[in-house]
Amino acid sequence: MELVCPAGGLPALKTAVDSGADCVYTGFRDATNARNFAGLNFDEASLKEGLAYAHRYGVKVFLALNTFPQTHHWRQWTAAVDKAAELGVDAVILADLGLMAYARRVHPQLRLHLSVQGSATNYEAINFYYERFGIQRAVLPRVLSLPQVEQVVKNTPVEIEVFGFGGLCVMVEGRCALSAYATGISPNCHGACSPGSAVRYVETPQGLETRLNGVLIDRFSRTERAGYPTICKGRYAVGGETYYAIEEPTSLNTLELLPALLRMGVAAIKIEGRQRSPAYVGQVTRVWRAAIDEAKRNPEHFKLRQEWMTQLNKVSEGAQATLGAYNRPWK
Amino acid sequence: MRLVLGPLLYYWPRQRVFDFYDEIAALPVDVVYLGEAVCARRHELRLEDWQALGERLAQAGKEVVFSTLPLIESESDLKAVRRVLAAAQEAGCLAEANEMGAVRMLAESGQAFVAGATLNVFNAETLQLLKEAGARRWVLPPEASEKVLAGILSRKNDALETEVLVHGRAPLAYSARCFTARRFRLQKDACEFRCLDFPEGIPVLTREGQPFLTLNGIQTQSAKVYHLERELPALQALGVTHLRISPAPEATPEIVRAYRRLLEGAPAGMPNGDYCNGFWYEEPGLSWVECAREVA
Repeated sequence: MELVCPAGGLPALKTAVDSGADCVYTGFRDATNARNFAGLNFDEASLKEGLAYAHRYGVKVFLALNTFPQTHHWRQWTAAVDKAAELGVDAVILADLGLMAYARRVHPQLRLHLSVQGSATNYEAINFYYERFGIQRAVLPRVLSLPQVEQVVKNTPVEIEVFGFGGLCVMVEGRCALSAYATGISPNCHGACSPGSAVRYVETPQGLETRLNGVLIDRFSRTERAGYPTICKGRYAVGGETYYAIEEPTSLNTLELLPALLRMGVAAIKIEGRQRSPAYVGQVTRVWRAAIDEAKRNPEHFKLRQEWMTQLNKVSEGAQATLGAYNRPWK
Repeated sequence: MRLVLGPLLYYWPRQRVFDFYDEIAALPVDVVYLGEAVCARRHELRLEDWQALGERLAQAGKEVVFSTLPLIESESDLKAVRRVLAAAQEAGCLAEANEMGAVRMLAESGQAFVAGATLNVFNAETLQLLKEAGARRWVLPPEASEKVLAGILSRKNDALETEVLVHGRAPLAYSARCFTARRFRLQKDACEFRCLDFPEGIPVLTREGQPFLTLNGIQTQSAKVYHLERELPALQALGVTHLRISPAPEATPEIVRAYRRLLEGAPAGMPNGDYCNGFWYEEPGLSWVECAREVA
């Protein structure tokens, strides 16, 4: 089982490598990937340096090209695939059918992973990508329960990667236009959700308001910690009641499911957070490295260590971590 | 251009659904999409009921399409979709694939299909691949603009029909979770089918009372109604063949008649509503662009 860690820049990449990642995943500094944030990601020179560093230690580097190119931007996306192949990344992570066909045709040796943005939640979908484009791995959306993950693994030759830790999308990835509705900027097309340029924090007598392109996403009293105005994590009035109508701000932590994931043959665990600091990447990578090693060594008697959970909780977004959809308290 | 009634996205009691489609049979709409296209738990109508409705609408001269689920998680979801695809084939109808797993099943059996809006067609290459898999028609994703559509259709693909949502709340997001159940602190698997109490979903207002979203089970819709009335000439010029209207509890017959009049070149007399059209102009989806402006 591989540990796949996020790198929003060279320092995070080096930290991930030093902390025990098997693979790091990266993106170019533009809309070709789903973490298109200011100050983040790699240009050609820094990716070259990152590749050299990672490969020196036997660590693989993946590149996410997981937004959906529009016809008038098509060449920018195919040029990114070409560049990834030329620089020698170990895999590209794609969501768009057309781009996948391009990569297969022009760079038959390039390893293809299906991004979580491809919204493939069942083996029929994953096998479609396998038969048509020869994908070697699929990243599952964070919506499946544990038995559903197992059902997928059993019915496809494609390696399965699941999210283990980090921010939690409550919507099926690749199927969410909430940000586009409020701001015109979407994960699918622009690689960004609730972009910083649309965010306003406004002090009012009622409390601190967070607005996204003018839409009131939440309002916080002095005793509350104000969260970032992501639409699905706002408080709204529904039928006279004001509450987190879609999702509470929590993050995912599946450490305790590790033996089960290992047993069912999950090929890789993905850590979310290319937008997070090198310190986050280092902390999370070290804990998961230790946990995976222990689970492999002693799967029957794997026990969660309190120190792991303490360290992970320190870097969680929001106050609490959950098992997400893998176990479904809401089901 | 042909006028289409999209699948019923809300969960209505059985008799209400029958009554609704009785009315539709007499309306000037060319194509009707039938079946459950949101939640696998909804069951007021069984597949046999949808098939019977399909026969009735076909007799009334409508082209019938069988829609399928947008989120296929479990083996039982897969089975349910397989049954719908088989029913479509048996009836000689197209099926609408809203998920890549459905595309694979359709491609394997050589069955022609409609590539639904959730398949994320944003470029001509992707559309070409779906055509090769058996798509005969495709639906523009709601967040896509005129510019995106023009780009896709710039590569002439005569054999393919193009469908665009012109009237209805925009389906914005899907989740494995149910937000209607959450509203009532119920588990999804014991949701008491509360969607039945909300024939047009549950309004979500901001804390200052602005209508923002609509909860419809696992689907989240816009609060405003996406409305491309004045863009019809642009749609026609681009080569769009099918205009979709999304069913609503009261307004649908009036809306269908208004769009039919527009297509016939008559004044529409469109009812007022809380409309938006931002997606078409690459603006925030909730915005309303007043003048149909030139897009380069």
